[in-house]
Amino acid sequence: MECMMQSGSQAPVIKMNGVSKFFGDFQALKNVSLDVAEGERLVVCGPSGSGKSTLIRCINRLEKHEKGEIDVEGIRLNDSPAALDAIRQNVGMVFQQFNLFPHLSVMDNLTLGPMRAYGLTKAVAQARAMKYLERVRIPDQAEKLPRQLSGGQQQRVAIARSLCMEPKILLFDEPTSALDPEMINEVLEVMVELAETGMTMIVVTHEMGFARKVADRMVFMDEGEIVEVAEPEQFFTAPKSDRCRDFLQKIINH
Amino acid sequence: MKRFFLFALIAVGLSGCTGDNWGWYVVDPGTPNGKSNLTFLISGAWNTIVLSLTAIAISVVVGLLVALPGLSEKRGLRWFNRIYVECVRSVPILVLILWVYYGLPALSGITLNVFWAGVLALALSDSAFQAEIFRAGIQSIGRGQYEAAQSVSLNYRDTMRYIILPQAIRRILPALGNQLVYMMKMSSLVSVIGMQELTRKANELVVTEYRPLEIYTILVLEYLVLILIVSQGVRWLERRMNVSEG
Repeated sequence: MECMMQSGSQAPVIKMNGVSKFFGDFQALKNVSLDVAEGERLVVCGPSGSGKSTLIRCINRLEKHEKGEIDVEGIRLNDSPAALDAIRQNVGMVFQQFNLFPHLSVMDNLTLGPMRAYGLTKAVAQARAMKYLERVRIPDQAEKLPRQLSGGQQQRVAIARSLCMEPKILLFDEPTSALDPEMINEVLEVMVELAETGMTMIVVTHEMGFARKVADRMVFMDEGEIVEVAEPEQFFTAPKSDRCRDFLQKIINH
Repeated sequence: MKRFFLFALIAVGLSGCTGDNWGWYVVDPGTPNGKSNLTFLISGAWNTIVLSLTAIAISVVVGLLVALPGLSEKRGLRWFNRIYVECVRSVPILVLILWVYYGLPALSGITLNVFWAGVLALALSDSAFQAEIFRAGIQSIGRGQYEAAQSVSLNYRDTMRYIILPQAIRRILPALGNQLVYMMKMSSLVSVIGMQELTRKANELVVTEYRPLEIYTILVLEYLVLILIVSQGVRWLERRMNVSEG
């Protein structure tokens, strides 16, 4: 498709080629192709129902695509359990609704994956958890239950939980959409810092300030298609498509 | 709760003092005969408790094992769940007890003593209900929990064990408590194959003493006390689990 773009000369860590996804009769993704380079920060935006979430959920196979190919870190996504394990360990995900485990303490939320999936000892997993809790600036909340934290803190725990798996790629599915306005910044700050470490990130968000600051490329989706891929400067000042221009006007000039 | 029980006891006792129909001497702990009758009646309690607790322990495990295939994406597994639940729960418990005790040995060559025949029949019958309770509990956990578990690379077993079941069990605890109470009452049916539990003891005493009114009244009170204790226990457990959840 025309929106295929390659940034830099490295082999892409994510290769999507002609991917289609259906929910019953509704086609959520229409023949989508996209390459993501290592260390690249992609921001995906578009109207609701445009397929943004479905796009990133296909990358860690929370959704199965029906047509096309997706390769992540050179591994082809299919029904093989080995491929699935490898993908899940390489690709972390931060959800709109945080999806913390409500019956487990923050510490247990963070250590469960590393202990069960990587076989780390409790001590090692806890040390790792503390390291990432410090990075998201809430080391003092380790023994609390998720419900005792604010929304912003919960989302930062969720980010730390993903980081504890030490993934190569981190996906964010509208990470600030469920937050009260005053808590959005504390989460975005953590994400900006994370971007500075060189982590490959794909972020579905409407936070255009964040996008301007960290995005290497912007992806605009509408009705299941990638309509436009551009560097932020060009994307915000001179979008090529009418659909993209309309969308930007709506979200920036409220 | 305690006050209510005390009140009931006093009310029954008082009517016994005045009415012509009552003959409490038969279970009067003040007389040697009454005391030995009373001890005899209460001696069935242990069997009732052990029988129903063993049966419920088994039925919870079997119920869970039957519930999980019911949630599978594979149609064959879901069918297994439906057929099991529908077949087992359409057999009356009494019929199941008789069939397991008198029929199963003839069919399989395995002879079960009264206790294990009772446990098996009760557990089998209850497992179908437990399976439905577990299924509802597990289905009440949102998809986000599964997705989060997948995103930290937990496999199916670990997801169930550490994420889904601990949350589901907290939610279904009141229903499990109900089943336990139900099971304790249904254990009285095992008396028909000769299990020496509360009801059987009462029946045997009635035959020798000819005082059904007093003896069955004691029996009623025995079940009342037992079940009040169990309900309190379940409530305590619910509170404790809610506290630990925050």
